Amino acid sequence: MLLEYFQMIDNVEELDPDNGTILARAEVPMESPVFEGHFPGSPLVPGVLLIETMAQASGFMLLSRLKFEKMPFLANVTGAKMRTFVEPGAVLQVKAELEHDGSGFAKTRAEISSDGRKICDSNLTFRIMPFPNETLRGNMLDRFSQISRFPAE
Amino acid sequence: MTTTFEAVAEIISETSDIPLEEITPEKNAFTDLGIDSLDFLDIAFAIDKHFGIKIPLEQWTEELNENNALVDEYFVLSKLCTRIDDVIAAKDA
Repeated sequence: MLLEYFQMIDNVEELDPDNGTILARAEVPMESPVFEGHFPGSPLVPGVLLIETMAQASGFMLLSRLKFEKMPFLANVTGAKMRTFVEPGAVLQVKAELEHDGSGFAKTRAEISSDGRKICDSNLTFRIMPFPNETLRGNMLDRFSQISRFPAE
Repeated sequence: MTTTFEAVAEIISETSDIPLEEITPEKNAFTDLGIDSLDFLDIAFAIDKHFGIKIPLEQWTEELNENNALVDEYFVLSKLCTRIDDVIAAKDA
């Protein structure tokens, strides 16, 4: 994870776009500028970044399902529960599954665990929209190829 | 057996916390009931699940944007319910 660059997912380990499931790995760095403020003397991954991590795992699953023809944008977060602290060096398993494939939107259920303990979970809603430009689409494809052995399109 | 309108009204009431008696067929979901597009995603989700369909929101939005159609044609509740009935009929055909 590069928290300050919002690169939350390190590796996609399992991906089934047809069934709408993904399992990804994320390693919390030992050091990050984020920890200078959150919190001084007691570094913890901010809960909002854990939500972002669940959203990115969901997003890559949706992108794969959409064959990178459209982009999922996070629109709603409900029932988010932060169950325990996440410290530097933690290795996270990030799971997401498609709850509903709507027209122009999708809902997922996501959770993060570490060492078999559930850390957080949430329901997420995404708007599915055209890419605002080809640059973003290209960058998403590049990022996906960096973290995944699965075909993008 | 509940009608499409009764089911949709209950969904809107529960999803958007609007008293059921305020939800009448001639109301526009957006301009009269104050539902925004994000809230409508939850309503669409609940409608999809309730009726076992996928209401074509993307297509409706494109039609609205491209044809300058009136929002009322899609989101006045009586017309929305007619469209939902059409989607149900197409699924069952």
